[in-house]
Amino acid sequence: MTIDRRKFIKTAGLASLAGLVGKNVLGQDVSEVIEPGAFDRLAGLQSPLQAQRWAMAVDIKKCENQHDCTKCIDACHLVHNVPEFDNPKDEIKWIWKEPFEHAFHEQENEFQKTELIHSTPLLFCNHCDNPPCVSVCPTRATWKREDGIVMMDWHRCIGCRYCMAGCPYGSRSFNWRDPRPFIKNLQRDYPTRMRGVVEKCTFCDERLALGMLPACVEACDAGALVFGDLEDPEADIRKLLNDNFSIRRKPGLGTQPEIYYIVS
Amino acid sequence: MYDAGKIIIGLVVFIALVSYPVWYDAARGDIPTSVDPKIVTTEKECVAPTEYMKANHMDLLNQWRDNVVRKNIRVYTAESGRKFEMSLSHTCMDCHSNKSEFCDECHNYSGVNPYCWDCHIEPEEEQP
Repeated sequence: MTIDRRKFIKTAGLASLAGLVGKNVLGQDVSEVIEPGAFDRLAGLQSPLQAQRWAMAVDIKKCENQHDCTKCIDACHLVHNVPEFDNPKDEIKWIWKEPFEHAFHEQENEFQKTELIHSTPLLFCNHCDNPPCVSVCPTRATWKREDGIVMMDWHRCIGCRYCMAGCPYGSRSFNWRDPRPFIKNLQRDYPTRMRGVVEKCTFCDERLALGMLPACVEACDAGALVFGDLEDPEADIRKLLNDNFSIRRKPGLGTQPEIYYIVS
Repeated sequence: MYDAGKIIIGLVVFIALVSYPVWYDAARGDIPTSVDPKIVTTEKECVAPTEYMKANHMDLLNQWRDNVVRKNIRVYTAESGRKFEMSLSHTCMDCHSNKSEFCDECHNYSGVNPYCWDCHIEPEEEQP
């Protein structure tokens, strides 16, 4: 069958018209179904990430290979509205770096793998199995969730800073000043804190509930951060820990940190 | 009564001074006699009936807060069976994005100062 130019243009024109109309009709249908603004989040809430014991593995070598990369810290501090103060005494930190001999006090040998000795491992809240911060909190503003997250309720924190004294890892920061003016890019869907409240990493509980991995894990291109359920034998983190030598911070204290550092 | 004239004049002056804020505002027409929170959303139903929300929204918000933060329960099923995320910033403020005309309208009238916004961030409102 042959088709002349006139017929072709007619057909093409009609087809694109039909396409446009169809798209409009479809568009209207969809907008009626989707609840304004809430659809995506509700769908996410139907499939949260769940575990019996959340934990993270940090591969020091992979991390160090990125040299002065701070992507995970930036991502975390952005999404959680963590303020940036000029005065280091006011510092608020959820993730930070520390020289090896500070991070692994009493585990540093005089002679040790050079790259390890000169590394600056990433530090987090350790989400300890036996968290001293929880024992000392007088208002139960911090507690251990069943999935292992050491959670905070900022509504309830009275700023007594017992938890900061209790935490042997310096994972908690106190808001000495109103943080709001010191947040560069305010994220409107996450709260800030107020003056007189302690804050720390929560393993991104708000993202896990929506089925998303923690922001730092997502931000890391190098695959240096692996997050998963230690009670799941098939989880990547379990395989990683089975195959590699790992250390934890201040193991002698019996807090049982859930952040593992792979050093092999 | 001795010095009745002086005492009465004194009393009148005293009462006038003490009630100054009231009649000054009344004279200026600043006293709101009713509140009218504006609803801007096209959404037809709230998470609970209007009468309940008017009287008890603070209790509902407290329940939502405790459920989300402390129990990690984040989905609220309304009486109609419809599901909502328990979230002040998302669910409530998605519809009531006009905080100054909705929340503040009654809160200012009744002189309450909720501390929600010390931490939670109110939606951006277009400046009139």
